[in-house]
Amino acid sequence: MDAKAEPVISLRGVRAELGSRPVLRGVDLTVRRGEVVALLGANGSGKSTAVRSVIGQVAVGAGEIELFGAPQRRFRDWARIGYVPQRTTAAGGVPATVTEVVSSGRLSRTRFGVFRKADHAAVRHALELVGMADRAKDSVDALSGGQHQRVLIARALAAEPELLIMDEPMAGVDLASQEVLARTLQEQVAAGTTVLLVLHELGPLEPLIDRAVVLRDGCVLHDGPPTPAVGQHALPGHDHVHPHAPAGAEPIRTGLLS
Amino acid sequence: MDLLNYAFMQRALLAAVLVGITAPAVGIYLVQRRQALMGDGIGHVAMTGVGLGFLLSWSPVWMATGVSVLGAVIMELIRWYGRTRGDIALAMLFYGGMAGGVMFINLAPGGSNANLTSYLFGSLSTVSESDVTAICLLAAFVVLVTLGLRRQLFAVSQDEEFARVTGLPVRALNLLTAVTAAVTVTVAMRVVGLLLVSALMVVPVAAAQQLSRSFAATFAIAVAIGVTVTIGGTVTSYYQDVPPGATIVLLTIAAFVALSVLAAPLARRRARALAAAQPVGDPAECAIPDTRSPGDEVGV
Repeated sequence: MDAKAEPVISLRGVRAELGSRPVLRGVDLTVRRGEVVALLGANGSGKSTAVRSVIGQVAVGAGEIELFGAPQRRFRDWARIGYVPQRTTAAGGVPATVTEVVSSGRLSRTRFGVFRKADHAAVRHALELVGMADRAKDSVDALSGGQHQRVLIARALAAEPELLIMDEPMAGVDLASQEVLARTLQEQVAAGTTVLLVLHELGPLEPLIDRAVVLRDGCVLHDGPPTPAVGQHALPGHDHVHPHAPAGAEPIRTGLLS
Repeated sequence: MDLLNYAFMQRALLAAVLVGITAPAVGIYLVQRRQALMGDGIGHVAMTGVGLGFLLSWSPVWMATGVSVLGAVIMELIRWYGRTRGDIALAMLFYGGMAGGVMFINLAPGGSNANLTSYLFGSLSTVSESDVTAICLLAAFVVLVTLGLRRQLFAVSQDEEFARVTGLPVRALNLLTAVTAAVTVTVAMRVVGLLLVSALMVVPVAAAQQLSRSFAATFAIAVAIGVTVTIGGTVTSYYQDVPPGATIVLLTIAAFVALSVLAAPLARRRARALAAAQPVGDPAECAIPDTRSPGDEVGV
């Protein structure tokens, strides 16, 4: 990856609190054009808060955030960003079809204007990218968790963004959908899309990821190429002997191999 | 149709049709946001407006519009800022609005709670020429907003955070929804009354959901149900001496029950069709593909 490419996301010394609890304690993070960066860390390490601060959904106490070179506060070009929130069970109280939900993603381009042919085509294309075109007229309530996640990704892709920001896109997703998602993401990356995603583990996305940023307690612990899982690590049920754990700390044993 | 020969019936039917259109059109967004009872709250606040109208000898319809718009804006602001004590603040707003209405109307010269009753439960036969003008103007505003901004309001009601990240002015759209709901309450006030207006916003939408899979279809069916029951209720109240507001609401609930019963076999057939359309490679039943053995993933 070209280290000289322009930064698309840039966080410098970002601090944030939820309630009175500090969640981010001086996070530095740069994502350059064309990069695929994974934010990793345990639950409560601040990775979701970090991406939500990037898109302006968490008030930042100190530090600077820039999007495409502009201070985030003044950033208005939202069509360049496709956001995939963490999938929640909370849905609207009224039925909606897959197409209706995905069309919402196009509003960052159409704003208050009417939907033209190109907009409908973009929505259709986004559905094809995630392999959900045949479910376009189905209610989103009838979908499985993985299919629902694919719809949320299609919604983000409908605006044809340059930057994808995804919060745990693989959480609760069945294996078949995981493969579709990995393939979709691969196509996007090949087309030059920049990606910042929160992950619990690298999983099937591992070959795509240029850099892994590990957070712990609201601080960046590691920022560099992801280490491929080798040997026992590559096996499901391996013991987590964390390299950054304090010396002498007891490794977390799942007990599955012993 | 001898009832159309009477001017008061013409006015009553026109008002009823407009309510049948506007109440579900706004209600669908409230239901989508899971704020189904917001219309009820606005109805309580509007009573202060009616009371003030009597006290100051201004048009109660316009006065109620002003006060309920103000109340709706305050409710929306409480939703933004007062997370922890929000429900208490709303309760005070509702009951303060109701008590204010009773107080003002009793202070008004020649006013009594009898005047209030026609606003609480609706009084179609007393809809005046100027009421109809006000109702037409307000209904036009509601239709313009709920249809013209349907994509934007849908996005905001479906997933507020995502809508903010698309750059939509979410706060302004939320305020607009609240104001439109307030306007609808005053449109419906003369027909079904302030205490029953929320039923006409919510129940047609709930009934429509029994049949529909899409937002657009829910919208269309809910409005169709709304118009049917408001006309049905108005005509019934002309031939049988029954209160129109209550008749309309009971008809709406009957429509909900009828559609729920009707929808059960429909849902079963749909589930069967879906199972039949299940593509190969996505088996409906559990099976381990031949090429893999159960031990594949755990070999050490």
